[in-house]
Amino acid sequence: MFLINCPYCGERDQQEFKAGGEAHIERPKQPTELSDDEWAEYLFMRKNIKGIQFERWNHAHGCRKWFNMVRDTSNDQIKAIYKMGEKPPSQ
Amino acid sequence: MTENLRVKSSEYIDETNRISFKFNGKTYHGFKGDTLASALLANNVHLVGRSFKYHRPRGIMTSGSEEPNAIVQVNPGTNRTEPNVRATELEIYEGLEASSQNCWPSVEFDIGGINNFLSPFFPAGFYYKTFMWPASFWEKYEFFIRHSAGLGKSPTSNDPDIYDHQNIHCDVLVVGAGISGILAAKNAAKNNFKTLLVDEKNELGGSTIFENNEFNKIDNKTPSEWLKKEIEELKNIKYLEIKTRTSVAAYHQYNYLLARENLTDHLEEKDKTNKIRQRLLKIRAKKVILATGALERPLIFNNNDRPGIMLSSAVKKYSEFYGVACGSKNVFFTNNDSAYESAMSLYNKGINVEAIIDIREQSESKIVKKLKEAGIKIYWSHSIVDTTGYKRLNSISIMKLSNDGASVTGSKIFISCDCLGVAGGWTPAVHLYTQSGSKLKFDEERQIFLPNQNTSEQISVGSCGGDFKIDEILKNLNQKLKDTLNINDTDLDSIKVEIDQENSKRNIWLLPSDKPLGKTKPFVDYQNDATAKDIKLALREGFRSIEHVKRYTTTGMGTDQGKLGNMHALGIIADTAGVKMGELGTTTFRPPYTPLTFGTIVGRNVGKFFDIFRRTPMNDWHVENEAEFENVGQWKRAWYYPINGETMYQAVQRESKAARESAGILDASTLGKIDIQGSDASEFLNRVYTNAWSKLAIGKCRYGLMLNEDGMVYDDGVTTRLGENHYLMTTTTGGAANVLGKLEDYLQTEWPELDVYLTSVTDHYATASLCGPNSKKIIKKIIPDLDLSDENFPHMSFKEAKIGNIQCRIMRISFTGEHSYEINVQASYGKDLWEKCLEAGKEFNITPYGTETMHLLRAEKGFIIVGQDTDGTMTPIDLQMDWIVSKKKYDFIGKRSLYRSDTMKEDRKQLVGLLTEDPNVILEEGAQIVSELNQSPVEMLGHVTSSYFSPNLNKSIALAVVRGGKDMMGKQLFVPMENKNINVTVANPVFYDEKNERLNA
Ligand SMILES: [Zn+2]
Repeated sequence: MFLINCPYCGERDQQEFKAGGEAHIERPKQPTELSDDEWAEYLFMRKNIKGIQFERWNHAHGCRKWFNMVRDTSNDQIKAIYKMGEKPPSQ
Repeated sequence: MTENLRVKSSEYIDETNRISFKFNGKTYHGFKGDTLASALLANNVHLVGRSFKYHRPRGIMTSGSEEPNAIVQVNPGTNRTEPNVRATELEIYEGLEASSQNCWPSVEFDIGGINNFLSPFFPAGFYYKTFMWPASFWEKYEFFIRHSAGLGKSPTSNDPDIYDHQNIHCDVLVVGAGISGILAAKNAAKNNFKTLLVDEKNELGGSTIFENNEFNKIDNKTPSEWLKKEIEELKNIKYLEIKTRTSVAAYHQYNYLLARENLTDHLEEKDKTNKIRQRLLKIRAKKVILATGALERPLIFNNNDRPGIMLSSAVKKYSEFYGVACGSKNVFFTNNDSAYESAMSLYNKGINVEAIIDIREQSESKIVKKLKEAGIKIYWSHSIVDTTGYKRLNSISIMKLSNDGASVTGSKIFISCDCLGVAGGWTPAVHLYTQSGSKLKFDEERQIFLPNQNTSEQISVGSCGGDFKIDEILKNLNQKLKDTLNINDTDLDSIKVEIDQENSKRNIWLLPSDKPLGKTKPFVDYQNDATAKDIKLALREGFRSIEHVKRYTTTGMGTDQGKLGNMHALGIIADTAGVKMGELGTTTFRPPYTPLTFGTIVGRNVGKFFDIFRRTPMNDWHVENEAEFENVGQWKRAWYYPINGETMYQAVQRESKAARESAGILDASTLGKIDIQGSDASEFLNRVYTNAWSKLAIGKCRYGLMLNEDGMVYDDGVTTRLGENHYLMTTTTGGAANVLGKLEDYLQTEWPELDVYLTSVTDHYATASLCGPNSKKIIKKIIPDLDLSDENFPHMSFKEAKIGNIQCRIMRISFTGEHSYEINVQASYGKDLWEKCLEAGKEFNITPYGTETMHLLRAEKGFIIVGQDTDGTMTPIDLQMDWIVSKKKYDFIGKRSLYRSDTMKEDRKQLVGLLTEDPNVILEEGAQIVSELNQSPVEMLGHVTSSYFSPNLNKSIALAVVRGGKDMMGKQLFVPMENKNINVTVANPVFYDEKNERLNA
């Protein structure tokens, strides 16, 4: 059970949060101009990294804000947390 | 034979408080402070169970939670019965009853004992190899296995006890109250860290509290005297909380631990009532100090499992702590000095010690010399090659060990004995440490796994950290405390320690016998009957990974998780495979460290608290009027209202007819409601719904379909424009929370530039939906001054009005196809509104209807229910709802996916209507649909999604999804059922009032 430092509320138990998959996948601005393959890339293809992964989390049972997390999936260490729209920390 | 082996009073046993209890139906006596194990031993009862596979008689081996054999069923046949309780942990109380497990029909005569003589046929992997074939024999195997290999019985009636959960936040959690844990907790609390100290036993002090070796001194006192003084001082420390009878079951990441606090298991039946039995502590600690100690290892030799063969440390604890002699002719077998402390303890209490067998060549410590001088025979460089005694040990035979320890030589010496204390060295209890995700390293010299890489703020102190001698323990503890608590001085700075014990140890994982291995039974895992030869067989058969060997031989897979034998299993594998133990890795220790009851896990969440539920403001009326309810998400919704003993079918037919013929009323309060405001609200709706919203006039309503980005239908509902920048969206009952979450996600992450605010108002409003040709007249009666003409208040529009003083929002929208109004009021007025409508509707025979009738009425109209007629693979096109997909809008969620090659295929499953050839036959929802009956394998075209008998059409109707169904209008298909094939015809899904004339009727 992680202890997650919500950038708006502070440290809270993991059960207050919802994981939202890989971060920094922007919805294409002009979807209709994409080929089937390009759209499928956005829609379906996700990395599943053993190691440092950038992911989205939502404080669903709290402030309901979305934010980003850098997590080492091999040992579940949370390396960094930053707000939506902020640049990811350089590795 | 009952004898009293109580040797000397002990301060931990209250001999003035005599307790009677029953074991296997026979009455015994013990004292307050005894465990079931110590009380049985005092009565000279060693035989307490049978082993799992061979049903060999087994006795008490240990004095703690690592016990593999003495597991009992407590209070059998009662509603408080509990299986798999370790007799070594169970405190006795007046009236306690316990019985052996895993023996049938009795522990003295066990039918499975025959397996012992058949054991050549029960090698490693026996179950995998035998019970595979033939499959039809499984019934017989099952009967055999279930009868003869019991793992206890679960209670058959309700648990009368109360269980609780508690969250605890602390600065420092100390696990284990031995000498290290006590000193760690004391120093942490004294430095103002909020500290919690837990221990699984009822007394503090661990093994040091009965450590009376005269050659070890702390500040000139014996360790036990010194520690008692320290414990006394704990009472007055402000920031310290102590919980005994509390065992940590799991250590998760980020210092989150689960512990079970046992509050009533040691109390008499009459004192258990109305108290919390066990409490699950959910502990989040800033720092964790593990002081879990070490477990003594047995030695692996031929027939090392007979009742009477125990750990040397257990023999000592029973003597020192409980004042019980485990035998009258005691022998010790050891590879290190700790057996001598046990022997000394017995000697000092006047208990007979026959001999000590030591596989080492010698030891120089004072305690060894003293025992030698006392005349106790020590056999150096000797090993036990066999033991005898079926239900109780009666002799051992020993031989001289060769220099390399691989074989035995010389002549056999027989020693008569009834108790053998075995000392194979110590294994740090690193189970919790590894559960936390931290990594171990193997110390090749000392042959132990030690904490190495911590993943959270934690330290391991005392013997679980690899320090076994008191001087080392105190020195390293002091430094670790200073480092981890960031303090400069501690109580430990000035302590003076003298110690005697010698370090020397000779480690042989599998001791040789004069017989070949195949003819011996050296047990490694006592509970699961895995022997050294099983492990070797697994290796010969090609298993290499420790995890595979473990599963194949079942080593370490019992309720004790192989706490005693895991190291030997590893050692034997390493020796046999010729690799270093450190390279093998260790097996994974999984929670719980000791078993938890289900009661503890669920806590208060039982009965009506099992799951939360939501009720509408009209709920009391539904209950009073004897509605049947169904669960929709968390909601309790009125399902139908049977009168005069109607069946569900009858009630629904009546309700459906009444709603179309005159007037019906539905509690629609559960529909999800989201208030949307902001200058970009219209643009936002344009992006999330498939249809266009910009031109919706204020005061108008519109139906919308929401897709996922993959183009599949996600939710639907009517949204009303309340003002220029203000909308009220409704969602399906079950989808409300997810829709809100999805909308917030897009707003926060993809379109943060939009000025839109979302508020869930589902619980703020109660909704009564009034439908039928007389609904207008009823509304007129309640709100006389509202102009209900089609010009002023047309279908798909909204008005604000007042019913008396109650402000309400009225939408003229319809899910039944009838002329219909949805009236929304503040939730607290919900029941009042409902009763007003019923009162006004009396003259029109207004009929309350539930969700089932609502489903029937909408099916007559071919309106979909998201989640019933769709399943996450249906596009609007598949649903024949092309009309709702805007061609003009540049983008909306899911738009691009509607043009993927896959979603544009013609032969996708599409929503159609189905009519049965015989109009009285009602299809089963979920039934498969085929076009050919004689094909093999038959091709499934789709399935029935909704099916009812329509009282208004007087025939059965169904909705279905059928591959390529759009182009099958009028085609005959089949629904094959168990006993018959039903002929059906593909039809328009709108069965009733295709031209929507009734909306304005
Ligand atoms: Zn938050």
